[in-house]
Amino acid sequence: MTALLEVSGVCVTFDGFRAINNLSFTINEAELRAVIGPNGAGKTTFMDIVTGKTRPDEGSVTWGERAVSLLKMSEAAIARAGVGRKFQRPTVFEDQTVGENLILALKSRRGPLSALKFRATGAGRTRVAELAREVGLADQLGRKAGELSHGQKQWLEIAMLLAQEPRLLLVDEPAAGMTLAERERTTRMLVEIAKTRAVVVVEHDMDFVRRLNCKVTVLHEGAVLAEGSLDHVTANPQVIEVYLGRG
Amino acid sequence: MTDPLAPRSFLVRNPSVLWVLGLLAAFCLLVTLLSPSLGMGVISTSFVKTLGKTLCLCLAALAMDVVWGYTGILSLGHMAFFALGGYMIGQWLMYARTEEIVLSALASDPLPPTAGEIAQGVATQIFGVVGSSEMPVIWAFAHSLPAQLALVVLVPGLLALVFGWLAFRSRVTGVYLSILTQAMTLALSLYLFQNDTGLRGNNGLSGLQNLPGLASAGQDAVSLWFFWASAAALALAYLLLAWATSGKFGSVLRAIRDDEARVRFLGYPVEGYKLFVFAGTAVLCGLAGALYYPQAGIINPAELAPIASIYLAVWVAIGGRGRLYGAVIGAAFVSLLSSWFTGGRAPSIPLGFYTINWVDWWLVLLGLSFVAVTLFAPKGIGGLFDVSLGRRSPDRKGAPLGPDDGSLQEKEATE
Ligand SMILES: Nc1ncnc2c1ncn2[C@@H]1O[C@H](COP(=O)(O)OP(=O)(O)OP(=O)(O)O)[C@@H](O)[C@H]1O
Ligand SMILES: [Mg+2]
Repeated sequence: MTALLEVSGVCVTFDGFRAINNLSFTINEAELRAVIGPNGAGKTTFMDIVTGKTRPDEGSVTWGERAVSLLKMSEAAIARAGVGRKFQRPTVFEDQTVGENLILALKSRRGPLSALKFRATGAGRTRVAELAREVGLADQLGRKAGELSHGQKQWLEIAMLLAQEPRLLLVDEPAAGMTLAERERTTRMLVEIAKTRAVVVVEHDMDFVRRLNCKVTVLHEGAVLAEGSLDHVTANPQVIEVYLGRG
Repeated sequence: MTDPLAPRSFLVRNPSVLWVLGLLAAFCLLVTLLSPSLGMGVISTSFVKTLGKTLCLCLAALAMDVVWGYTGILSLGHMAFFALGGYMIGQWLMYARTEEIVLSALASDPLPPTAGEIAQGVATQIFGVVGSSEMPVIWAFAHSLPAQLALVVLVPGLLALVFGWLAFRSRVTGVYLSILTQAMTLALSLYLFQNDTGLRGNNGLSGLQNLPGLASAGQDAVSLWFFWASAAALALAYLLLAWATSGKFGSVLRAIRDDEARVRFLGYPVEGYKLFVFAGTAVLCGLAGALYYPQAGIINPAELAPIASIYLAVWVAIGGRGRLYGAVIGAAFVSLLSSWFTGGRAPSIPLGFYTINWVDWWLVLLGLSFVAVTLFAPKGIGGLFDVSLGRRSPDRKGAPLGPDDGSLQEKEATE
């Protein structure tokens, strides 16, 4: 099986501070992966690198069957290539309705002329309604996203991520702001999505990670500290010291 | 419950269109009935021109609203595009009119004039004031109305395209972008002030109110024609922009305004959108200028000084940015008020120790209203419509619900 995303030997320095230190990471098609690590380990920065927001000083990031480098592509081009992202802090367009947010995200041609000609077709509308139902926002479609609660914004952002139909989903702390029941629902959704797409989930909640039941990568000080099943990494003395021991 | 996703007709999505077009039509009828040429002559020709010019300013304000109110680019250069449009049409008006004068002057000669003599005569007439009798290269197409009309679109459009490409590509945003657009405007204005640029330096182009070949028509009639043309242009632009901004395109623009980085991560080429809007609205401004200056009669480099573009922003802010009718209201209201105050018709206020003379104090008043609107009524005059319709926007003051409250509504969670 070929890797969908391959990050190797990546380093990032912010004003002399090495946030990412020789990081290597690989994920295959239709794979679910949890990334854990203490605050400041570089989890969000890792996603910034893959999505083109932060350019690494060294290393390579390659994508897809033809192993194209993502480093020379713009953020928008990377997104169009099939990398979707959910941010740590929910970022939806607060001044627009839930429906408009979803239509913005819905897979479609992205140029200005296509947007001018765009009409929500039957299929597109059905898809938006379906996604809204999946995340419990079906009766909120006409409401401004700014009126939603923190948890609902999280859901909206997850729905927007799905609407893009990406091949790789980078999900940063999806469960923050959710109740226990909602966390369980999120888990089920992510597991379901990972049957057809690659999903990387960053999460602090260990119960959440356990329910994902997948391979875990532990980051620490910008590098991979351990990788394997949750039981395997949690038994690792280094991991216990830097991460688990603190809690 | 109605389906919020169902496609709605154009007018349902844009209830303001009917109002604006209806009021515009009524206004046209009224002005026509009161005009000196076709109506009762209650209003003067110069007032018809003022009203026509105001409609052109409304058109420029519409463009400004799309680029600033919708897309979030505070351009301080759109009046430069407006003036460039005026210069382009002005070249033809001045050339063709001067040619007529030269021809009639040479008509008394025994021999019919040669093409060279005519060209020489025109050049001397136009460029005598700047001490030249050569026709500059940039007047190469001045004899042709279609060519100059094409330039009305091309010159502002291409300048905006090149400038925008350079600025957006390097991700200049916010205040820095505004300063950059202002620098462009200032540079252009200073350049045109020079005598050797081929556009007559600070003399500018004049006599633009005289339409070549229509000397017999008289200004009474011409003023009304331009008024109608301006109204038609405003109506068409309103329709076009209402259509463009009410669909997904408008949704992308507002998203870019609010969080352009997020829009990039959805795969939209943000720079492409900005360039499209910047250049498109520059063209609209150029067209508005091409209708404005024949009514003003004269154009000179002072017209594209940065202050003109700042006024444009002030109009849109006072009218209410982010809604098209706000821009129209703001431009009409403030520019008419401005010409009333600065025209010396507003009565001075004697305070005993000091007399408030509005010609001097109008700018202070305008500046204060601008600050007041920005601070206390960011939605401008247009916001009054929201109040009357009972519409309000979510007001969380930026604070989201706490992270552990789940998907509860604000009011549910506070219990
Ligand atoms: N733009 C930046 N400029 C300077 N330092 C930064 C920048 N972005 C991140 N950092 C630093 O890099 C380190 C890694 O940050 P990052 O946000 O990736 O951590 P994280 O693993 O996502 O943490 P958390 O669990 O708190 O979300 C932190 O020490 C952070 O302060
Ligand atoms: Mg983080």
